[in-house]
Amino acid sequence: MKETEVELLRLIEKNANLEVEKIAKLMGKSKQEIEALIASLEEKKAILGYSTLIDWAKVENEEEVTAMVDVKVTPARGVGFDKVAERIYRFPEVKAVYLMSGAYDLSVSVRGSTMMEIGHFISEKLSTLDSVLSTTTHFVLKKYKHDGIILEDDDDDDKRIVVSP
Amino acid sequence: MNQYLSTQVADLKPSGIRRFFDLAAQMDDVISLGVGEPDFVTPWSFIEQSFHALEQGYTSYTENAGMLELREEISAYLHRSFDLSYDASDQVIVSVGASQAIDLALRAIVNPGDEVIVVEPSFVAYVPAITLAGGTPVTIQTKAEDDFKVQPEQIEAAITPKTKAIMLCNPNNPTGTFLEKIELEKLAKVIEKHDLLVLSDEIYAELTYDEPYTSFPAIRDMKERTILISGFSKAFAMTGWRLGYAAGPAEIIAAMVKIHQYTMMCAPTMAQHAALEAMKNGQESVQHMLESYKQRRNLIVSSLNDIGLDCPNPGGAFYAFPSIKATGLSSAEFAEQLLQEEHVAVVPGEVFGASGEGYIRCSYATSIKQLDEAMTRIKRFTEKRINPVTASSESTS
Repeated sequence: MKETEVELLRLIEKNANLEVEKIAKLMGKSKQEIEALIASLEEKKAILGYSTLIDWAKVENEEEVTAMVDVKVTPARGVGFDKVAERIYRFPEVKAVYLMSGAYDLSVSVRGSTMMEIGHFISEKLSTLDSVLSTTTHFVLKKYKHDGIILEDDDDDDKRIVVSP
Repeated sequence: MNQYLSTQVADLKPSGIRRFFDLAAQMDDVISLGVGEPDFVTPWSFIEQSFHALEQGYTSYTENAGMLELREEISAYLHRSFDLSYDASDQVIVSVGASQAIDLALRAIVNPGDEVIVVEPSFVAYVPAITLAGGTPVTIQTKAEDDFKVQPEQIEAAITPKTKAIMLCNPNNPTGTFLEKIELEKLAKVIEKHDLLVLSDEIYAELTYDEPYTSFPAIRDMKERTILISGFSKAFAMTGWRLGYAAGPAEIIAAMVKIHQYTMMCAPTMAQHAALEAMKNGQESVQHMLESYKQRRNLIVSSLNDIGLDCPNPGGAFYAFPSIKATGLSSAEFAEQLLQEEHVAVVPGEVFGASGEGYIRCSYATSIKQLDEAMTRIKRFTEKRINPVTASSESTS
């Protein structure tokens, strides 16, 4: 991938809200060049979407519960873990699925509005899948940092003196 | 009490920057483009390394010249980044900021009456540091039409039998001017011909954006007559740690260590440990910051030109140095009125030397959001002055 593509991706990974004109100015390119670059990256599916990082804990009546579930599965001949992973990631409650090295196979992140709801999903849907051997559920108690963003970062004021040589 | 002061100090002009600092300090919504330091906090791994060293009990003095391990890392860094070879045992000294290294270097080489050439616009400390070392500063005024690059003839013209050394700052604070290898080679010829020493302040060496950087002592035959001065403040975002270094001929470094041991003992130990981490594992952090500075340089330069403040593209450091001549104001008037009316702090070019008049220094080491807001305010301010008729008719229509 070209250096400019990587630079562009790094910029919008940090802030998907940047206008094309601004990106063009920052990178010293024309607006058209940036538009073409973005289009080609979308085409290649290097850019998959533009989401907003929200701290739902700050939104009244929208508090949520997240669980990280360690899942042991039986891989199937020919498709390995992919088939069972798909069976799992198709559920909208499932926010992330990773194949892991180590003591278990899939790490599944599940989101719901209550612990009960997540418990119900795991016991009724996830653990009853044929290839799932066992599940171990860990509920998230507090989020400190997510996707590189510190959630309670109120210490970002400029501590520099106003004018210096 | 003034009668007790040394005349040398009493005669020293206070820094022009100070006045703006006092003014700006009284306002609470100031956007400052007057800051000569990174907006990044020191990378966490450097800070953490310093914590670790403190926990291990590294709270005592180090060798006068700095921890040998750090000097070795600095030497290795200078080799890999700039193709320089300095012996860590006797050609490198760790100082309290590059500022102290400048002071040590001048005191080590200047005899009373010796002249030292300063290329202006320049960092505000050079001239007073020369004076305090007992030397006589001789200034050269670079020109906007030369992109503020010093010309060999200008150096030639400033040389007298008393000239001992010349101070160079590349990339330059405040202009952001960046001298390329071929330009440095031309200067080297004059320097060699007149047997001068060079104090090469390369604190911004990592922060160059378009062309490869050449360190002055890497120029043929220049290493023996150059004191390279640099530090961790700018590229490594470590201003408050106060840690710099100098590298040069063993005899000069030994003289600098001698002054250092009597006046400073050594640079702060915990800062030296943080710097060790910076040298070993800091390059990736530096690259991230560099990319961000470059983007913001592109943004500010295009905005300033759009506003009508003519601004060439600076090749290094984190300063833009636009001309404000179109407004008809002096640089001090511009800076003062801008601060009063729009609460944006910039530094008037005149504080960096006579040739800085007509220009302002804008540091772009600040967030994109702040830069945008500053540009909006500067635009409003400038429009009123460049084209008062259109500006006022637009506002009434």
